[in-house]
Amino acid sequence: MNIDPINNGIVIDHIKAGNSMEIYKFLDLDNVNSTVALIKNVPSKKMGKKDIIKIDKEIDINLDVLGYIDPDITVNIIKNGVRTEKKHLELPSVVKNVIKCKNPRCITSTERGIPHVFKLTDKENRVYRCMYCESSAKETV
Amino acid sequence: MKNLIDILDITTEEIDALIDTANDIIENPGKYNEKCRHKKLATLFFEPSTRTRLSFEAAMLDLGGSVLGFSESNSSSASKGESVSDTVRTVGCYADIIAMRHPKEGAPLAASFSAGVPVINAGDGGHNHPTQTLTDLLTIKRECGRLSDIKIGFCGDLKFGRTVHSLIMALTRYENVEIVLISPEELCIPQYLKDILRSQNIKFTETRTMESVMSELDILYMTRVQRERFFNEADYIRLRDTYILTPEKLEDAKKTLCIMHPLPRVNEISTEVDVDPRACYFKQVKNGKFIRMALILKLLEVK
Ligand SMILES: [Zn+2]
Repeated sequence: MNIDPINNGIVIDHIKAGNSMEIYKFLDLDNVNSTVALIKNVPSKKMGKKDIIKIDKEIDINLDVLGYIDPDITVNIIKNGVRTEKKHLELPSVVKNVIKCKNPRCITSTERGIPHVFKLTDKENRVYRCMYCESSAKETV
Repeated sequence: MKNLIDILDITTEEIDALIDTANDIIENPGKYNEKCRHKKLATLFFEPSTRTRLSFEAAMLDLGGSVLGFSESNSSSASKGESVSDTVRTVGCYADIIAMRHPKEGAPLAASFSAGVPVINAGDGGHNHPTQTLTDLLTIKRECGRLSDIKIGFCGDLKFGRTVHSLIMALTRYENVEIVLISPEELCIPQYLKDILRSQNIKFTETRTMESVMSELDILYMTRVQRERFFNEADYIRLRDTYILTPEKLEDAKKTLCIMHPLPRVNEISTEVDVDPRACYFKQVKNGKFIRMALILKLLEVK
């Protein structure tokens, strides 16, 4: 299968196989009106299989969101057919309005207009907790 | 310190300072009875808790201030209509400080973003109740003379008791605190708390009866074992008596033991224990007012 290389845009690489759809949604790529290719199960020496997303336009990407989903993802910026930048991600210490708290006893379940904020409380195990009720994102998603 | 939402938001030094102020208030009440003149405390109770509300109101009145506020008779009405943010923003226009109780976890934190005046969490669902924890710390300090080098037993419902969870968390910050957890298996402390205790190398043991450890304890913290926590009535009745404190069970206890309870009690401490000089739960109620006075002074930056 051939996907044309892009001239100017972004390649999101080393996505854990199967996660590309989730990233597509989180980055709201549905509302990007240039070509977007979502390539699944690409053979990879390092990962066995991986997913790749190519966007034929340089858009602003929320790196915190990507870092939250998977800090092993790399983001490549392509200009005139050449990779000009390779960004490695980090686990963000705070994610704001990316995930919603699912704890029905949490104030965010009823209060309108307050930010949904999760804080990294355990880096090793990648645990994020709701700023309001301390439910972990894993427990609640 | 701008607000008090979670006991772990403030340092042990700040806690020490609050305890020192509370002790000074107890010794010299006259020095403080005009400190908050012309200041208003708003008690916003989106769910009822007469005991906590009265403690806050008495604290402000004893500082010479005044109080206003509301208490919702049923918690469901709090979920309708106006947002918490709008309510506290409005109240912040009248009051100098807010004490707020709400059935939803995190509501006081959300309120603190828009109130414009200091917010004190007076209980948010099963989550936090930091002024209860401050009350407990003041009581331990006054009765034992220290917050470190203590052996404290928690008895009863340790699974759902947020009072117990917050006090345990607060005590993890002091040296050489040993914790004894006395509860039926069904009501032992949540796994996440055990993980925290282990990761911080806090010595703790679990047991099913209080008699087995009574002689070793400096503090015995009693809690209610509620009927609704059990699947069936038979289990409740079988276990209930094991966790009722009576004079007989205190036979081996230290002379200096400090018996605490967050109140209200049902029957988990027999009334015969009330005359025992080691019973500290009514002193604890008084301490609750004094530590709230110290907290109000601190948050209003009254010298
Ligand atoms: Zn939450």
